[in-house]
Amino acid sequence: MGKIALRMVNIDKKFPGVHALKSANLEVGEGEVHALLGGNGAGKSTLIKILGAIYQPDGGEIYIDDKLVKLEGVRDAQRYGISIIHQELMLFPELSIAENIFIGEKPENYGYVSKKDIEARAQKILDNLNVEFDSAWLVSSLSLAQQQIIEIIRAVSFNSKIIVMDEPTSSLSKNEVAMLFDIIRKLKKNGVSVIYISHKLDELFEISDRITVLRDGETVGTVTTKETTEDELIRMMVGRDLSNFYVRTEGKGSSEVVLSVKGLEKQGVFEDISFELRKGEILGFTGLVGAGRTELMEAIFGIRSYDQGEIFLNGTKLDIKAPKDAIEAGIVLVPENRKEHGLILRNTVGFNMTLTVLKDFIRGIRVDKGAERSIMDEYKKTLGIVTPSYAQIASKLSGGNQQKVVLAKWLAKKPVVLILDEPTRGIDVGAKSEIYALMNDLTKQGVSIIMVSSEMQEVMVMSDRICVMNEGTISATFEKEDFSQEKIVAYSVRRN
Amino acid sequence: MATDLLNSRKNHGLLGFFKKNIAIVTGLIVLCVVLSFASPYFLTRHNIMTLLRQISTNAVLTLGMMMCIMIGGIDLSMASVVALSGTLTAVLISRLGMSIPMAIILGLASGAVCGLFSGLFIAYVKVPAFIATMAVMNVARGAAYLATNANPVRITLDAFNNLGIGFVAGVPLPVIYTIVLVILVALFLNKTRMGRYIYAVGGNFEAARYSGINVKAVQITVHVLSGFLAAFAGIVLAARMYSGQPAVATGWELDAVAASVLGGISLFGGTGSVASAMIGVLIIGVLQNGLNLLNVNSFWQLIVKGIVILIAVSFDMIRSRKADK
Repeated sequence: MGKIALRMVNIDKKFPGVHALKSANLEVGEGEVHALLGGNGAGKSTLIKILGAIYQPDGGEIYIDDKLVKLEGVRDAQRYGISIIHQELMLFPELSIAENIFIGEKPENYGYVSKKDIEARAQKILDNLNVEFDSAWLVSSLSLAQQQIIEIIRAVSFNSKIIVMDEPTSSLSKNEVAMLFDIIRKLKKNGVSVIYISHKLDELFEISDRITVLRDGETVGTVTTKETTEDELIRMMVGRDLSNFYVRTEGKGSSEVVLSVKGLEKQGVFEDISFELRKGEILGFTGLVGAGRTELMEAIFGIRSYDQGEIFLNGTKLDIKAPKDAIEAGIVLVPENRKEHGLILRNTVGFNMTLTVLKDFIRGIRVDKGAERSIMDEYKKTLGIVTPSYAQIASKLSGGNQQKVVLAKWLAKKPVVLILDEPTRGIDVGAKSEIYALMNDLTKQGVSIIMVSSEMQEVMVMSDRICVMNEGTISATFEKEDFSQEKIVAYSVRRN
Repeated sequence: MATDLLNSRKNHGLLGFFKKNIAIVTGLIVLCVVLSFASPYFLTRHNIMTLLRQISTNAVLTLGMMMCIMIGGIDLSMASVVALSGTLTAVLISRLGMSIPMAIILGLASGAVCGLFSGLFIAYVKVPAFIATMAVMNVARGAAYLATNANPVRITLDAFNNLGIGFVAGVPLPVIYTIVLVILVALFLNKTRMGRYIYAVGGNFEAARYSGINVKAVQITVHVLSGFLAAFAGIVLAARMYSGQPAVATGWELDAVAASVLGGISLFGGTGSVASAMIGVLIIGVLQNGLNLLNVNSFWQLIVKGIVILIAVSFDMIRSRKADK
């Protein structure tokens, strides 16, 4: 290995309630393809955002070409030759390739841009990389992969020395991936360093020189790709300690099947999904972000449509076309995104808590204030919601209390099947254990719970069974006695 | 936190209303005080009745408009629907000899159908409310001209015209209708399930959908009501003018928008009350009445109205930005 292009040393970053990075280290050589690997929430994107100067670190140092640098804004990062290619493309579809490449350039000729001139310069770059496009083509005429390549070329045109690619292949076909890899190899030859983030192990083995594994905000280690194995990487990604401030106190439920899903499919999102949920059980759904878990649950709840497959509740086939149908049958969903999908933030706590059960206390224009109050009181108590009054605006509550309000809204509906999508994301430890206790209670009362979660500890401890999803399918289902972090991670990342 | 607690407990009832709408309530009072000194005529009983009758149309339109704005949309077709329902009712009575109740029912129905039309396109085709209601605005206006050959249609039946010009206990009938409608819409928004769904859809469309609310039905209901209210205003106006006039009410939808935003109906949706919107109506009405009394020429009136709206909305934006922090 030649020169070191980038060193990030002991990077530390705290967000309110989360210590995202504790002591993250990353060292990338000149002309190296360096992969960054880690589970959900390991800190990859935070580390990259610090490199791109989108976040400021709370501690640690960054060296570029062995010089200590301070990246105070996106412009600084660009000046040091750092380019980040995000998952969402930032191109202007109605402009030409050439215009897109040079869009950020300061125009010289008193603001006049010569099309001919930039097209010629763009063509030179394209030819250099053996990309057979005409620089005058409109970006909208290109495929997604080709657009991604333009994005990369734009980075190259800034004379970038370090290019970060965040899951660049997530929406690409096999051929397109090959095309992307060709470009990466050419960049490498030109001395450009590439930081490559992906969950797809086979790709990492094909393209990367070294791999750094992050877990819980810390660098676990860096290995040379040629000398490592999938098993070693999975072992590095898995945390060992399960802290036990919460436990699953109830049994595993009965053998009676409540919800049964058969062959559910939505093209391009999930396929061949079959599973059963038993009475009083907590069924964990885990997998990587983007594996299709949320989309599957939203299909069962009627927010999204599905192409084929059947859903049975207590043996009766359901025809779910809208959330209303699922709710009437007794299936409710506490969504992952509390602020966007869970709450009317601008309205009051009481308004939100009772939104699903207005029928219970409003007839015509008669509002039974007593009944309304008693519903609110009951669930405020059950969930331990802390609020100065029911007239408090929901946005003013803490994350934990907001989540409890969403839960209250759905528990008031007395569900048979409760789907919880990331039920404890972004809430403090205290509220977390209260929600776990509530889940135990609910299953004791016979409610069946599907818990979608990316948090390994939560899945391992709270689930009675676990389904692992990988690229739109259920890749494995584990009974409690077979739970193992290694296996779960392996089935989340491996394409079998 | 302690102040939050105080505020949230006190925001009920009349006191809470005044606290929440302190700026516009003060504005209205100041305006009235100034005018009562500037013009000895302002506080006379006759002028107050004239003022109330003048604003009754805008009040009814604002009731519909505020609901559309509350769900994050707008209804630009209201003024055209005023013209359509008025001319249709006039044609049915004067040219086709239809009975008055039947003609009124069909006139009201024409407005509801216009609203249904916009609502269906907004809910199912996802056409932005601005565009859908603008299209209906053109269609309704065109239909009004076609139905009348672009000429006013006179109504000579006193039984009908009295609905617009009559008095009960010295109060003009249109004012009484308006008071009844204001109460009905306030009850609807505060006391019914649909009313709460309107606040939910306006506050967060996606969260409303995830709560199992039939958001399409909410959008359609609001637009049908808006069309119905516009048609009601149009029929009363026709009675007041003894005729259905196809060119009437041009631009009035914007007065309803102005009254709504002056009355604190947030353009972001999900908040607002009938009472505060009515204060918006009063401010615009009093301003117009006062400027008339002071003989300010009508072109200047437009300029004053524009400036007042801009100031009021800026005030609201600054306040809500502070509240978000």
